[in-house]
Amino acid sequence: MTTVVPVEKKVLNENQRIAEELRQRYAKGGTLCLNIISSPGSGKTTLLEKTLAGFSAQDKVAVLTGDLQTENDARRLARYGFPVQQIVTGTVCHLDSRMIERALEPWASNEIDLLFIENVGNLVCPSSYDLGEEAKIVVLSVTEGEDKPLKYPSIFSKAALMIVTKMDLLPYVPFNLEQAKANARQVHPGIEIIEVSCQTGQGFDRWQQWLTDRRLAARERFACAGV
Amino acid sequence: MHEVGIASEILRASHAEAARRPGARLVAVTVRIGVLAGVDADALRFAWDVMSEQADYDPVTLQIEMMPRRNRCLECGREFVTEMYSEPCPDCSSENSTLLSGDEMQLASVEVEE
Repeated sequence: MTTVVPVEKKVLNENQRIAEELRQRYAKGGTLCLNIISSPGSGKTTLLEKTLAGFSAQDKVAVLTGDLQTENDARRLARYGFPVQQIVTGTVCHLDSRMIERALEPWASNEIDLLFIENVGNLVCPSSYDLGEEAKIVVLSVTEGEDKPLKYPSIFSKAALMIVTKMDLLPYVPFNLEQAKANARQVHPGIEIIEVSCQTGQGFDRWQQWLTDRRLAARERFACAGV
Repeated sequence: MHEVGIASEILRASHAEAARRPGARLVAVTVRIGVLAGVDADALRFAWDVMSEQADYDPVTLQIEMMPRRNRCLECGREFVTEMYSEPCPDCSSENSTLLSGDEMQLASVEVEE
């Protein structure tokens, strides 16, 4: 005789459990955590380099950066004087919450106000793994296709913000910016969009303002929650 | 790409559920996958077979129910089902909507032989 037993659990239950613990940790430590996701080569590391360069030494900013192999990105990012750790995933195509938990071990939870997680370059798998972040940010460069939001709706539907990078190259490539924005909104009507160039600095005022607003909002929320 | 990891999670969780019922043998597993979950059903089935074989488990049927995207209109509150992309609200035509579901990955049930 066969019996159907209802289970109703999330498949990535264990990842979710750890992600919730991380969320608690961020709330206690007053840390705003942002999970940055894009294809390989969209300019996540360059965006972070330019972003770190805009902070002062007193800012408590840290970066976790994931790649299948090499410590190259961590070396690039460490030059700005903030704590940076490379997570080498080996063959794994995304970061999961356990990797983040392990990477955060050496850092006290109250010594980071702003934590950037640079995910493995991949538009598919990282979208399934909650890392306890406040928001996912998807990066799309003008050297890619403007239909990427339609091809990879999962990540674009979950990202709070889309950053369009390499805007200085726009005159030289056939990328249709308005179409790309319309495509992103077709997948996610409420998505925020900021266009930047790490070469000219275009859009960095808006990006920094976005970060400031998010940090203030998070701080208020953490305070209300009494943590 | 990450379907192998997902298949092994389902495998682990479903065998753990079956093991709570002494003497029961797991015969089928039902999962619900949202269209926005970023999981390919064929790749998941393939990974399921490979992982089951590797773990030396008896073959277990994997049933995958694909779940549509559900939106809620932020203007009039109407809940509606769309394809993978967002559509204007069928009642008030507003394009201002929020995602309710369609990104889930849920182990719905296990079927055991007792």
